[in-house]
Amino acid sequence: MDIHDAHEYLLRFLNELSIHFQRVPGSAIFLRYVKASYQNDPVRSAVELFLLLFFVRYLLAPKYSTQKQNYVQLSDEVGSVKTTIREIDELVEDWTPEPLVSPQTAFEEAENEKHPVIVGSDNFGSPTGPKSKLNNGRTVMNLASYNFYNFLANEMIKEKAIQTLRTYGVGPCGPPGFYGTQDVHVKTEADIAAFLGAPACIVYAQAFSTISSVIPAFSKRGDIIVADRAVNYAIRKGIQISRSTVRWYEHNDMEDLERVLAKITKEQAKKPLTRRFIVAEGIFENVGDVVDLPKIIELKLRYKFRLILDETWSFGVLGRSGRGVTEQQNVDASEVDFLVGSLAGPLCAGGGFCAGSDEIVEHQRISASAYTYSAALPAMLATTASESLSLLQSNPDIITQLRENAKAMRAQLDPRSDWVICTSAAENPIMLLVLKPEIIASRELSTGEQDRLLQDIVDETLANGVLITRVKHMPPPLHATPKEIGWQLQPALKVCITTGLSRKEIEKAGITIRHAITKVMTRKR
Amino acid sequence: MPRPTNPFASTSPSSTTPSLPVKNEKGSSRRQSTSKANKIVQFFSTSPKSKSLDGSLSATSALLAAAQQQALISPSPQISSASLSLPTISLSTATADNLAMDTPPTTLFQPPSPAEARRIAKQHAQFGPLGHQSHRYVSKCMDDDFPEPVMDEPPYYYLLTTYISYLILIIFGHVRDFFGKRFREENYRHLKARNGYAPLNSDFDNFYVRRLKMRINDCFSRPVTGVPGRYITLIDRQSDDHNLHFQLTGTTTETLNMSSYNYLGFAQSEGPCADAVEEAVRKYGMSTCSPRGDVGTSDLHVEVEELVARFVGKPSAMVFSMGFGTNATAFPALVGKGCLIISDELNHASIRFGARLSGAMIEMFKHNDMKDLERLLREVISQGQPRTHRPWRKILVVVEGLYSMEGTMCNLPGILALKKKYKFNLFVDEAHSIGALGPKGRGVCNYFGVDTAEVDILMGTLTKSFGANGGYIAGDKAVIDKLRVTNAGTIYAESPTPPVLMQISTALRIITGEVVPGQGEERLQRLAFNSRYLRLGLKRLGFIVYGHDDSPIIPLLLYNPAKMPAFSHEMLRRKISVVVVGYPATPLVSSRARFCVSAAHTKDDLDRLLVGCDEIGNVLQLKFSSGVAGGAEPLSEGVPMEKGKTPNNEGRNGANIPARPPRWAIHDVLNSGVQDVKSPLR
Repeated sequence: MDIHDAHEYLLRFLNELSIHFQRVPGSAIFLRYVKASYQNDPVRSAVELFLLLFFVRYLLAPKYSTQKQNYVQLSDEVGSVKTTIREIDELVEDWTPEPLVSPQTAFEEAENEKHPVIVGSDNFGSPTGPKSKLNNGRTVMNLASYNFYNFLANEMIKEKAIQTLRTYGVGPCGPPGFYGTQDVHVKTEADIAAFLGAPACIVYAQAFSTISSVIPAFSKRGDIIVADRAVNYAIRKGIQISRSTVRWYEHNDMEDLERVLAKITKEQAKKPLTRRFIVAEGIFENVGDVVDLPKIIELKLRYKFRLILDETWSFGVLGRSGRGVTEQQNVDASEVDFLVGSLAGPLCAGGGFCAGSDEIVEHQRISASAYTYSAALPAMLATTASESLSLLQSNPDIITQLRENAKAMRAQLDPRSDWVICTSAAENPIMLLVLKPEIIASRELSTGEQDRLLQDIVDETLANGVLITRVKHMPPPLHATPKEIGWQLQPALKVCITTGLSRKEIEKAGITIRHAITKVMTRKR
Repeated sequence: MPRPTNPFASTSPSSTTPSLPVKNEKGSSRRQSTSKANKIVQFFSTSPKSKSLDGSLSATSALLAAAQQQALISPSPQISSASLSLPTISLSTATADNLAMDTPPTTLFQPPSPAEARRIAKQHAQFGPLGHQSHRYVSKCMDDDFPEPVMDEPPYYYLLTTYISYLILIIFGHVRDFFGKRFREENYRHLKARNGYAPLNSDFDNFYVRRLKMRINDCFSRPVTGVPGRYITLIDRQSDDHNLHFQLTGTTTETLNMSSYNYLGFAQSEGPCADAVEEAVRKYGMSTCSPRGDVGTSDLHVEVEELVARFVGKPSAMVFSMGFGTNATAFPALVGKGCLIISDELNHASIRFGARLSGAMIEMFKHNDMKDLERLLREVISQGQPRTHRPWRKILVVVEGLYSMEGTMCNLPGILALKKKYKFNLFVDEAHSIGALGPKGRGVCNYFGVDTAEVDILMGTLTKSFGANGGYIAGDKAVIDKLRVTNAGTIYAESPTPPVLMQISTALRIITGEVVPGQGEERLQRLAFNSRYLRLGLKRLGFIVYGHDDSPIIPLLLYNPAKMPAFSHEMLRRKISVVVVGYPATPLVSSRARFCVSAAHTKDDLDRLLVGCDEIGNVLQLKFSSGVAGGAEPLSEGVPMEKGKTPNNEGRNGANIPARPPRWAIHDVLNSGVQDVKSPLR
């Protein structure tokens, strides 16, 4: 093949190409356009060609991320694959994690060591009854468990529980949605609803988890929760899970609540309507005082909020027949949208409940995580709760008796002791005793020091045959900044009154506690 | 023992006696159950006997008996024990095969008094007697490496129709809403803002529940009564307003329980556990009325914690009153800001709940995918914390031992290999695997033969295998001691109650053999056998099932949403209660029915279930497995599969063998199941 042939071939090829090009529809227009523009303005054609080339290059360019600029390249775009892998390997090699848990502090170690262990014994009917035997062999007066009415020693309740055991076994072996709803649960729910005068009720398997699940089941991102600053840990966690906007009001300060509500209403006036909730406790776990329910109801109605009331510590305690803060303050239970309570405290059973309208209860059955994803309450505990409720209803005398005992104990402590004051309301059988503010101020006691002092008092009291405890609180979240920790409760002693002990015994115990406080406080000076 | 009869007949001579009353019991229970009884009678007597009477097998009963005998004896290793139990077998098979042969036993056998018969019936309704000594197997990982479960897929037709079904349901829902909102306004009032209150449920969020779940609501939350053991008694209900409200009809139905997490059959109202619990109630009362942190600790708590620690193989343990709460409170005590939680994408809601509370960062990896986990680990360790790029304080990898919706186990050997290299902490949630897996029932570590010291935290629930309630966390002593004072579950939550603790303690002692020796072992081995037997049977019938061979959770894939209620209703007609689950608990397409096998089930129960599945599977067109996941025909026709001749790998990854869709006839499945279960499933 010589040069002539090649020329021939090229011409033929070009000819072919132009024929093909002309066959493409619209090619004539394109040609005319290029020719015309080239004659008029060759620069413009050059720019257009350049743009075209840039466009093609842009299309073919590899993708890159605009958001994540990793310090170590994970893909093999930059540098060779080998160096990247080696780099990561080195980083992996270098990384040393902290130990899974930090070592215990001396105080924590002591607490674990001194922890009272109650021994079961046939002599007293039940070990956590008014008089408990400890594993060191001593028998002490138990003023630390929530056995207010001494239902623990009640033979009728035990018999009923054993009957249930012989029909249902112990565990329900499944969540309520999958064959875990037993007829006893339905009955307990109906019993509680009837007792409270609420339209419906749902029973959870653990009191502590109840409110942490109830709040996020309804309040979602973008909704608004207004909560008392002193609410308990479970409520805080429920609020945290819900991811709602939270506003706090000063503890039991109705004026502050009104101020917060008014502010929110004003702020939200032009925004789309969201769900709004007020969260409070009947008896505050951390302080022991009682909520002003009529005022909250008035405010909630005025500002169109819904009320979530945690009656964990007031259900079975307040009111003429133990119906809780609604009965004590003459409020209709149906005015409270969500009434959450515990079956594990004074009722001596287990589990928690939430009472409210049918809609509220049915919604929880599919969307409250602690109900849907957990096994149901053991049948024995459900029947025990029903039985305790009916006992409470049939003799309201024991409630009066409990208050008498509480009064007797308080008389020994609050005005008489130079060191502590009781923050609990008079009807509250859990007496929280905090050090007087002037003592804290004069001695400059930190929270940790107060805890240690109170623990010494608990130990001293136990040495004298009375078992009390102090309010245990969660350590701050791991690695949290002080700002995130927020409201902190004041360390307190916890004395739980029971009807299982006579007035005499209660007074005696009160004297023991007072003397122990004095001893520890003067010793330190 | 105060109660003379023991449901466990571990010695061969006594195993004949309980097998006879079963028949009586079945008869009486049939009469007790009130509704639809006569229709479904035949399914109660689904046992080899009815099969042979059906006449589908031309072989005589004697031949069948001989074949069965051979099948039963062959896997047992010792000749002496086999010959010992030989008379038992011939007797039981003879009674099962021939209805007319009442004569020989009646001369020896005194029929029990009605009261005694009722008592035995109740006992057997909670825990079925062992049909034959060969119905046992040891749950243990036989391979050296992790057996990756093969995920079978249905023909595209079914996936397409599933999507179309959901589309139709959604369109119908919207059409109904459209007209409903105009003509039945009162039904929608709760979804609209009223008097200045925002609706509690948003219209959009509520759509799925209102228009899809409500249609099949009668399959969920069925009320029950009595012990959730081998049988479970449903309280019949009906609805005349499309499942909005239910009315109890006043009758009950006793059904075979394939739904409760009663793996080891400890849901019993009598026997050593219940006796001990009764004593505990008398001695300790019903509650301790105090959190663990205050004075809620009794000697029983200490004892149970020691037992649990010893059982799971960790130095120390602590118990809680609720399994969900255990996870919800454990994570905030372990990790916090600056820490990272790496979680399997299918982890339980309680883990997510706890992880979110902890304030740590959360990353997820693909379910059981070790490559993805390694990729993620390399990325997060090399990058450090987001924005600041500081190194992580801790990395906690969280997996479950056995996944409750998939039936898969975690790839523990794989994770431990990564742990050595990447130094993260490992948290294993053994909610379903404790008691249910491993030759001694001690969970996934036991199953894979892994030292428990390699796992940092072992968490589990006491609700499932032990028939109690609550959860535990086990770990090194220093870790647990620290958790005791920093964990909300001990500081605030009520402590576990004495009856529950006693149930746990007795169940644990039975499993380890301290109490009633032999019973625990039998429970474990029966569970392992039942799990494999049912799974193999379902695979051979042509169903797609997920999970590992030894897992007692067996999900049967249904795909089309309408098949969920259909399957559940058909099973209920056959007096079997099953759980059906769909979106959002599973991915949209893979709706499924879930069977939870128990040690309380007998082979006859599982046969009854298999027959039911076979019939329903034909009607609902559920048999669409392609054969890649197992259930293949034996290698040579007619000759039963022999051990040793089938190499492990050939059966498992049958990629090189052209997979033939397995569609066994039901009688073949029942006949060869017992024997084939003991060799690697194929």
